[in-house]
Amino acid sequence: MASASAKKIRPKYLSLPALLFEIRLPVPGWVSILHRISGAWLVFPFAAWLLYLLDKSLQSEQGFEYVKSEYLALPAVKLGLLLFIWCYCHHFCAGIRYLLLDLDKGVDLKTARLTSWIVIVAGLSLTAVLGARLW
Amino acid sequence: MKRLVVGAHYGLRDWLAQRITAAIMAVYTLILAGVVMSKAPMTYGVWKELFTQGWMRVATLLFAASLAWHAWVGVRDILMDYIKPDGLRLTLQVATLLLLAVYVGWTIQILWR
Repeated sequence: MASASAKKIRPKYLSLPALLFEIRLPVPGWVSILHRISGAWLVFPFAAWLLYLLDKSLQSEQGFEYVKSEYLALPAVKLGLLLFIWCYCHHFCAGIRYLLLDLDKGVDLKTARLTSWIVIVAGLSLTAVLGARLW
Repeated sequence: MKRLVVGAHYGLRDWLAQRITAAIMAVYTLILAGVVMSKAPMTYGVWKELFTQGWMRVATLLFAASLAWHAWVGVRDILMDYIKPDGLRLTLQVATLLLLAVYVGWTIQILWR
């Protein structure tokens, strides 16, 4: 039997403008949702793309040279690769933070916020460094 | 009071597997990055030789298997959170499993050609 409280209409405050402009995520929340988004992108399309590159580059010397000198020189490809690098680095850094949180390290609010900032900055810095090597 | 909410600890197993596979992939990433950077600038000969070595083939296959398991748990969590219609969620879960199986198969094909 359904209880009376389950039937009561409750106010929902989840309109699109509210989601976009009014509900603010704390920094650890940003690290978390970005960990999800980057993870999803890594599964698809980036894993497939990297397998294609690995396949092509190991197939033959021409394939390797094509990937290295022609394909990876295309601006759109470089931009895609940069996005991949960010996804990987952010997912990597945030993942290490979660492993530490699972071990009860840094769970108090102040430390959790600090490490969240470290993850965001580290992800972007690593992307910048590796991106610079790429160009 | 001790309550058994669900069955055979499926959640705990996947949770643990996701973390162990993460650690495996992290170690592989650091080793690969170190090897590639020490060999720069990369040539076809060095690249090919690297992926022909036995330990590298095994490590890369281990990485691919870890990725498949890790990604399955992650994607399944995402689908459970956001996709409410059962039919659509099941379809996407099956598609995910197929995609990950293709990745592992493709990796084997690339490594043992």
